[in-house]
Amino acid sequence: MSTAASQAPRGARGARAPRPSRRSARDSSSSWRLSDRLGLAFAWFLGLLFLTLTAGIVLYMMVQGLRYITPELMFTSPAAGFSESETGGFLDPLLGTIIVAAMALGIAFPIGLGVAVWLSEYARPAWLARVAESTVEMLAGSPSIVFALFGVLLFEQGGMGFLSRTNDGVVLGRSFFAASAMLSLIALPLIVANVREGLQAIPGHVREASYAVGKTKIATTRRVLLPAARPSVVTGAMLGLGRIIGDTAIIVLLLGATLRFAPAGDIPLLGALKGTGSTLTTFVYANAPTGEANQPTKAFAAGFVLLSMVLLLNFAVDVAVRRGRKWK
Amino acid sequence: MSLSSPPPVRRLPLTGADTAVLTSEETPSFVSAPRRRGESSSLALDRMQVEELSIAYGPKLAVDTVSLPIRQGEVLALIGPSGCGKTTLLRSLNRLTELTKTASAKGRITLDGEDIATLEPTALRRRVTMVFQQPNPFPMSVFDNVAYVLREQASRRPKRKFLRGAVRDALERAGLWDEVGDTLDHPALRLSGGQQQRLCIARALAADPEVLLLDEPCSALDPQSTKVIEDLIVQLREQVAVVIVTHNLQQAYRIADYVGFMYLGELVEYGSADRVFGNPREARTKEYISGGFG
Repeated sequence: MSTAASQAPRGARGARAPRPSRRSARDSSSSWRLSDRLGLAFAWFLGLLFLTLTAGIVLYMMVQGLRYITPELMFTSPAAGFSESETGGFLDPLLGTIIVAAMALGIAFPIGLGVAVWLSEYARPAWLARVAESTVEMLAGSPSIVFALFGVLLFEQGGMGFLSRTNDGVVLGRSFFAASAMLSLIALPLIVANVREGLQAIPGHVREASYAVGKTKIATTRRVLLPAARPSVVTGAMLGLGRIIGDTAIIVLLLGATLRFAPAGDIPLLGALKGTGSTLTTFVYANAPTGEANQPTKAFAAGFVLLSMVLLLNFAVDVAVRRGRKWK
Repeated sequence: MSLSSPPPVRRLPLTGADTAVLTSEETPSFVSAPRRRGESSSLALDRMQVEELSIAYGPKLAVDTVSLPIRQGEVLALIGPSGCGKTTLLRSLNRLTELTKTASAKGRITLDGEDIATLEPTALRRRVTMVFQQPNPFPMSVFDNVAYVLREQASRRPKRKFLRGAVRDALERAGLWDEVGDTLDHPALRLSGGQQQRLCIARALAADPEVLLLDEPCSALDPQSTKVIEDLIVQLREQVAVVIVTHNLQQAYRIADYVGFMYLGELVEYGSADRVFGNPREARTKEYISGGFG
């Protein structure tokens, strides 16, 4: 019987071989051992539980956010007032989020790219590469409040006065510059790890093919390896951006978390960047039922915007990864 | 019917006359088979000279005092079992072995009389280019794959329009122009495996090298693509010196003018393809080419 089945398809092309139907493959799980079936059921249960929880949170936030969000909220600045109608919206925190995201990524991306290329392509001297590697891992594991605290001490130094508000020689140490500098540290390990992984996934013979036509390492990295690793580069940048957008501790300690921009000095853009401000996370924090402002509807609306930004980033990562092509 | 017993594997018939040739004393069956190449060129020109070359990875000797000439107008095939050092020998010809940290070399290789150790590696590698086992076009368009080689390091200059002629020339020499001439902007990784490998050859030719190294260029390809590339290699031998590493003895017989048989790092036998395949001097060569080991 088994011989007949296996010989049939080769004999005549037109003759259909009796193929195992889809059902028989599925039925086979009922012939599994009990322990495997229990394992399968358990995995299914955990998977569904996780999915329900996540979907529940996201959907709840979305529904609540959509209920309370209005265009005015996004286009008016926060204001002092006694009722919700007087306290304005969250234009400043929204812009604040965009500013710190751009600045922190602007710092973290080139550094992360450089470190990843060094670790993956050069890794010399070996001992220094090992040290750098564990440093990056340590950064990845550190809570952001630690960076925030360190940042406060660092940017209060007299020499750092040019980066924040200064009164009679006393440096405030809180500004968009200070916050972005520290926020870049929490994005850095994600960028390094992803770019490095992407570079190391490229087969060695692709590098050698470039060296073998007389290209230098740096030319190979720029023209062949980084373009090939682009999905990973984008993924690292987007994940880093997600961390930056979502961080609260550094904003509270280093950006001052003043709901409106409080520029330092008269120079238009530089003044704002040297001054304090807030982001959506601290806006939500201040307006949550436990916060000082306690306006949950506005917190939900701002949370909705924040969540939408992060979901959009994740979507971008998916697209970037799916577009990547690979060698055999 | 349960699927518990896998269907039997069908084997090629391996009886009678076919198996008889595989015994160690006979001449291999392919020695009378048709060849791709015509007669060897009488104008063979010495390009490279390997002199007493030894290469070791750490304490392990991969190539053991090998000497041989590489001539333009001839195809040199390096054959031998896996791990015999033939790829290492090939890679040492354009100093790619140096990229392996543990590698150390002794001996001398000259290119047109100059010791290659004294040449700048990137300059050397433009004169001695290499094609790899796996087709590995760069993740860019077909045009840019070739143009990348023509441009200075990471530069984007000269611009496209100045390179069109040279790119076309390289693609034509690799026999790929007719297939991709209209779609130069398509990503190279969308080409078929055989086309990708010919693009890699075009890329290696674009640098206008004196020596072309091929490391099992057909082992990832189907027979049709293999035939196209073999024809190409035979055509190219007039313009560049060609060294090919292959596991495929029939292929070596079809295209090579000279054959070097390596075993455990040593060059056991070197000679014209006719002699090495038809009348090997060494017992190990005889055994290997008739399928005795390896």
